[in-house]
Formats: sequence, structure tokens, C-alpha cells
Amino acid sequence: MSEEVSNLVTINIDGRDYQVAPKQNVVEAAKSVGIEIPHYCYHPKLSTAGTCRMCLVEIGTPMRDRATGTPILNEDGSPKIGWMPKPAIACGTIVSPNLHVKTKSPLAVVSRQGVTEFLLANHPLDCPICDQAGECTLQEYSSDYGRGASRYRDAKNVKPRNKSIGPRVLLNNERCILCRRCVRFCREILKQPILGATQRGSLTQIDCYPGKQLDHPYSMNVIDLCPVGALTSKDFRFKMRVWFLKKTNSICTQSSVGVNTTVWSREGKIYRITPRRNDFVNDTWMSDLGRMLYKSVDGEDRILGTRRGESVVDFDEAVDAAHELLRSGSTAFLASGNMSTEEQWALKKLAETTGGTVYLSKNICDNDGFLVSEDRSPNRRGALVSGLVKNFEDASPAKLEEAIDAGKVKTLFVCGEDLQSQGIDKARMKKIKVVFLGTRANSTSEMATVVFPVRTVFEKSGTFINQQFRLQKFDAAIPGLAGTFDDLDVISALASRIGGLEKTSVATPEAIWLSMKKDCPALANIDFATIPDTGVVLDASAWRGISFPETGSLHYSPETPAGK
Amino acid sequence: MAIQNFKPVERKPLRWWEKLYIPQVLAGMKITLGIMLRKPVTLKYPEERPTIPKGYRGVPTLVKDQNGREKCVSCQLCEFICPPKAIRVTPGEIDPNAPDAALIEKAPKAFEINMLRCIYCGMCQEVCPEEAIRLQNEYSFCGGSRSAMVNDKKRLYELGGTLPDKILKWHTKAEARKNAQSH
Repeated sequence: MSEEVSNLVTINIDGRDYQVAPKQNVVEAAKSVGIEIPHYCYHPKLSTAGTCRMCLVEIGTPMRDRATGTPILNEDGSPKIGWMPKPAIACGTIVSPNLHVKTKSPLAVVSRQGVTEFLLANHPLDCPICDQAGECTLQEYSSDYGRGASRYRDAKNVKPRNKSIGPRVLLNNERCILCRRCVRFCREILKQPILGATQRGSLTQIDCYPGKQLDHPYSMNVIDLCPVGALTSKDFRFKMRVWFLKKTNSICTQSSVGVNTTVWSREGKIYRITPRRNDFVNDTWMSDLGRMLYKSVDGEDRILGTRRGESVVDFDEAVDAAHELLRSGSTAFLASGNMSTEEQWALKKLAETTGGTVYLSKNICDNDGFLVSEDRSPNRRGALVSGLVKNFEDASPAKLEEAIDAGKVKTLFVCGEDLQSQGIDKARMKKIKVVFLGTRANSTSEMATVVFPVRTVFEKSGTFINQQFRLQKFDAAIPGLAGTFDDLDVISALASRIGGLEKTSVATPEAIWLSMKKDCPALANIDFATIPDTGVVLDASAWRGISFPETGSLHYSPETPAGK
Repeated sequence: MAIQNFKPVERKPLRWWEKLYIPQVLAGMKITLGIMLRKPVTLKYPEERPTIPKGYRGVPTLVKDQNGREKCVSCQLCEFICPPKAIRVTPGEIDPNAPDAALIEKAPKAFEINMLRCIYCGMCQEVCPEEAIRLQNEYSFCGGSRSAMVNDKKRLYELGGTLPDKILKWHTKAEARKNAQSH
């Protein structure tokens, strides 16, 4: 930190001096001190293109004598500023000592107005039917810098509308302002030239290269990138206006990368998921599959209502039945990497009092090298940190298989996983009795003796620990579906019945955290309420010897786990 | 305190001609008969209905333009602005074969106005960018059940009818598009 402080440069914006970090452009520098310079084409995670000209400001630098190189001073001894005769783009100007910027001068204001007027000349102004309305920068800046009425008398350009450029993305070229963020995204982030611009001048259009389609697994990021409604989502098309939607911070459960997300919901229904910026994890991107995970909330296979055998029973009766099974001895627990850290800790307490070995599920798949890692569970490291398992080897599902074969397991407490996907076949499943906690029906829930319907990540809050050992919090976006129970409530109801947890303890992540931080050294100095939005990196030295399946993704490599 | 400011009114005894009673009745009858002969100021509601002044804010309705096209594009601004949250719009895509469908794209799948909640403020009409929702002359809206007081899309168009549009924004756009493509 001290290094950075000494590197700060002083720049002057609108007559006031500010200390800003070096090597950034004026848009970012101004943003860091709370001044907005409007821009369309500039994006912090893409290269600077300078196509939109919206960020035009007046720029001046201290003058120097050409012959001697000595600074030229005013009469009062202050350095004389040489202002550029024409406005310059803020996104293409890197800060330098004593750089002067005017963002509100008559020239800067009139430049912005001119750019806005030109952008609107051919814009269809179909905001009432545009999905971007409400989060459209063109709408915002037109209101801030537009004239309010058009002076353009000619017919507007006609371009293709509603062109499907991929399985998930629609393109409306008339709305496009040609910032080319999407083109740069394909070239720089996807490393595949899929989108490009054809034609010239005001007839320029965005299009796919011949024979190509925007069918990349990260294609939907162009929808978030697009500052206007030119690129829109087919999934979210005409579903809901954005101003009705409530934003909730969440974490993507697709893999152990722990992509930060925003869940957009209204009245208990989720409409979309978008990435949330975290420069240490996912920048501003997320996968298309991760955006569709909200559909599991009211999927057809959602389990509703506690069940004992074939019959639907009430919660207390199910707890009694599960208690009966757990008490009978020879119990094992199959924990899941989809459980929150708090649930894993509560399960540990349950397992300690009941007695029984804890196994941890394993879902290993391919790594796409970007934001989906090999480990397709968001929180297997949480099982280590919470102390649920000591390492992955002894707790692997293969060991559980051996234990079942050896007849050591009579009752299995399964948290959300399908035993078949964990390699335990139907013949083995018949040998045991299962208590199942889960959100979606599968072969295990079908044969389970007691079933507790629990909640998806969108209906509860808690923490996940990603591949970097970064502790990240997710909040409940919507209330739990009727007929489901919070995982923590189920586990703590069982634990208090058996005597593991105090009966008075309230089963919320906040309450669990108070006891958990005393129990887990890695979490000792962290409070649930104050976990920052970008997460906290935990001290992972205790688990250095464990081999993890991840081979590397954006901001993560096994050598430098915590990322940049 | 109030008692001190209170001054009892002195009631004077009746004079002799007041005690006669008949002149007083006649004076009253004169007023009654005089008004009987004047033009009545009241209406025999509900047989007689008042003329509704221009700009009256009655029951909100949905209207079509002179070509029979539904004007609403389900932008949901009325739903957003509605102070008592009486309006509920379910947006949807337009039938691709409908005229100008390629341009308009959007229309309400369902549109409900709960008249138990509506306060006739007219904000929905004011905010509508398509001039599709309009508070018209109907003022005595009643129903036998709660559900009868919720106007669905079909009912709203029945109540609304046609409101001719001078600009025909989408139609003009479609024409411009046709002309530009023919070049």
C-alpha cells in the first residue's frame, strides 16, 4: 500500500487537484474521485478504441520551453498550462503529473451535445419496446446531454432489426451506436473474431463473419457490454422491465471459480442473472450456462414437501423419522460442495454428535480455461475450512463405496447429491437407508426413506470458498418456495434433537458464524456481516499439502492461487 | 374560557301576524311554486345521465388506433407509475404475422387494472408513450365480486374502443422503412 501512495500523481480536474493512481486513463482517474466522464466505447476490461467520442474533454499539460526544456511559469510562479486547441478523448489520455482536465467547460459540454445529437440522428428511439430501457447509457446521456428535440429532418437509416446472431443473442443494428465493444470482446477476450463491422459511414453494421455464429459459451457477455439495446438476450426478451427488478449479490454455483453475480428478481421470481464485477475473480464476465441456473428454482423436478417413504408428512414427523434412522448407528454422511460453509459446519456438528464418517461429493469435469474450472462444486474448499473433512482423499465417494460394500454403512445422510453420479450404483443403494436433503428430484431422492426439501442458492444466504480460498458471500434473492425448508433449519433441527447444537441457537448464517469462527482458525478474524462484496482471501497454509483438481482459470493458477 | 365569550341569544316573542300562521305558509308556497316553474338543476339519475366535460378522468381503458391496431406495446410505464399499484402488465411478443409486427415486436400478453385499487389519478394516461391508455367517460363502475372489479385486457379494449391517432408513429416508421428499402 505504501508503495502505491508514493506513486500517486496529482491531476487537476475542473480546477481542483486530486491524487490519483498512475498509468490509468482520465475516465478511470475521474471515476476514482467521483467525477463521471460520460463514455460509450470505453470499457475497463477491453482495449481503448476511442470510437464514440463521448468522453471529449479539454486537456492541458504544463508548458516547457522547447529550447531548454525548463518549465514555463506564470507571473505568480505557478506552472503555465498549455491547453490543447481541440478537445481530446479522456479514455485515450493517460494521467501524467499536473495534467489539467476540464470536463464542464463550454467546449467540453458542446462536444458532448454534438456527439449525442449525431448518435440520436439515426437512432430509432423505440425505448418503449427496447429491453435495454432503464439501463441504457444512451438513454441516460441523452437525458443529461441531449437537446430534447431533434433537428434532423431526413429519413433515418434502415438497417436489419432482430437479427439472430447466435442461439442466445439478438442484434438490432438500428439501435447500434457502433462503439464496437462487442467486436473487441470477441477478439480480445474470446480470442475468436466472430463479430465485425461491415459497410462504411453511417451505414456501418455489426455482423458475424461469414459462416460464423455467436454461439460461444460466453456469448451473452456482449449483452451486458452493449451500452444500448442493440444486443439483447433471447432469454430475457420482453420478460420484465429492468426498473422493476431487485438486485441481489450472489455467487455462481457452476464451478469453484466462484463467479460474482447479480440476481435480478421481482416479487419472488428471478428474471435473469448477470455478472458482478470482481477484478480478482471474474472481471466483468460470466458463462452463459451460469446465467441459466436460476431456472432450477421452479423447475419441474423441484422437491416440495417433506416426505417419509411414499407419504407426505409434516416437518416434525420427518425430523423424528430421520432422528430414528441416524440414531440406529452405522451412519455415514455424504456432504456436498454445493453446501454453504455454514451448512458444512452445522453438518460437522451433527456428524460429531451422531458419530459417523463424513464423505464429500466430487464433481470433476473439463476446465474451459476461463471461468469454469474442473471442480464443478462451488464450495469444496469450504468443507476443509469448516473442518467437515480433513482432506479430499479419505472423504472421497470411492471410500464411501468401499464402506458400503464392507457393510459399515446402514444409514446414509445425503446432502443434495445424486448417489449414482457419485459412482454408487443401485445395488449398493438398496443396501442402505437414505435421509435426503435436496432441491431437485433424482434417483437418490426417489429411493430415500426421508426427504427434506431444501433451498437453492437464490433462496438462502451464506458463504462459499472458491478455488483461491476466497470467502465470498451470497444473499437470498427471493424467499424460499412454499414447501421447502432452509438447509440450516433442517440440519440444526436434527442436531438439536440429537443434542449436538444448543436448542436455543437460531439457524441463521449470522448465528452459526459466531460459533463457527471460534471453531475454525481460518475464519477467526472475520465477521459474517462485514465480508466485503469482493470477498476475503483466507490463509490456506493449513491445506497446502492437498492436491486440488483445478489447473488454472482467469486470475487463478495453482502456483499463485490468490490471483492478482 | 369559551363559556365567558358565550352570549345567550335573546328570543323575542312572536308578533300577532306571525301568530296568524297563514301568511307564513303562503310565503313558503310562493317560493316553492316559483322554483317549480324554473328549469330543473338536478338530473333524474340513473335514467338521465350528465354530459361529461372534456378532460374528465373516468375508468382507465385501452384504446386502438383508427386501423384497429392495439396501441399498447407493454412498456409497463403505467404499471411503474401507478400510485396504488392497480395495473399489472404481462409483456409478450407480438404475433409475427400482424401488420407492422416486425417493427413493433411487443404487445401485452395480459393487462389487468384492478378497479378496487384505481384512484382515477390519470398518471397512467400521462406517462403512456403510445397514448394507449386513456381515462374515459365511464364513471359508475361496479361489480358483484372482487374479480368482476378487475378489468382484463379484453374488457379494457371493449371499454376503450378506438381513439384516432394523428401521428401513427409506427405506421410512419414502417412506411419510411419500405421506401428506404426500395431505393
